[in-house]
Amino acid sequence: MRARGVTVDLISRNKLDELSSSEKIDFIIGEVKKGKILILEKGLTASEQADLIKKTMSSIDHDTFIGIEVEGYPEERLGFLQRLLGIRKPRLTVIGPANLLKTVKKDDKIIEAIIVPGRGV
Amino acid sequence: MGLMDIFRFSSLGRFLERIFGRRHARIGIYGPPNVGKTTLANRIARDWCGEIIGSVSDIPHETRRAKAKSNIKIENGSSSLIIDIVDTPGITTKVDFRDFLKYGLSEEEARQRAKEATEGVIEAIRWLDDIDGVLLVMDSTQDPFTQVNVTILGNLEARNLPVIIAANKIDLEDASPATLKSAFPQHPVVPISALTGHNMDMLYSKMVEHFGKRRRRRSR
Repeated sequence: MRARGVTVDLISRNKLDELSSSEKIDFIIGEVKKGKILILEKGLTASEQADLIKKTMSSIDHDTFIGIEVEGYPEERLGFLQRLLGIRKPRLTVIGPANLLKTVKKDDKIIEAIIVPGRGV
Repeated sequence: MGLMDIFRFSSLGRFLERIFGRRHARIGIYGPPNVGKTTLANRIARDWCGEIIGSVSDIPHETRRAKAKSNIKIENGSSSLIIDIVDTPGITTKVDFRDFLKYGLSEEEARQRAKEATEGVIEAIRWLDDIDGVLLVMDSTQDPFTQVNVTILGNLEARNLPVIIAANKIDLEDASPATLKSAFPQHPVVPISALTGHNMDMLYSKMVEHFGKRRRRRSR
């Protein structure tokens, strides 16, 4: 029998690299709607983050899903050549249901979050 | 679309803008809910054409549809810039109708407001494709490292769109615009109070200088 509690999935860079941007967004929303908290080893690009917010907004049903809590660090600042080649380096990101995950404090070095099991909506 | 708009978006118009700089720019006012976006939009519109753009409220998500005001001429000494202001709904990652109940709304009103708020967030993000620059409004009494701020800035940087951070609410006692400046050193930060009008001259000067610059936009 599976222990009851909050599931936290650490998603590897390899797993994320296998997915297209839209597949990534669908995967995240699907898992978060199940009540899971995801820690992405490689975060989302700025444009994926914007798409995630749009998809979240269209998925809100106000009774069972009120949105997401998402926190990540800004993309690494790259050199001129990397920027010219369009290389982007998104960083670790934590995403969970807004009714479960709450960011306490965030700065450019530390993200502190709490999980409130059974908080519900 | 008027003749001037047709010219602006034509190849010739874009070529001339790259050579001589921009004279007419569409500026989006962005930020999380309740940071004072509409208060700032109203301040700019009132200062330069004596009108207001939208209503303001303490209840979050008062602006749920983007509102625009065209052809506002901002002057700074001998320089000037004509802007179209787009006041966008607040961007957030969550909307819970229960949050509106404490402001005295009925459940039906709260649910309707929440539904419109989610649509407004999507509309605000879509507007990023149709603007030339952004006034990103932050509440200088709050932690600046929110995901919404990071996401908006990341998208603007990816598009090479100019941004000015308006560190709003400096009239409040616990405001700390210096925190915003140190958090985002790569962008101009102007401490203002949209409510009282404090430092608006500095913001207008920075807008003419920054949004009028020559630059090439990148597609996302």
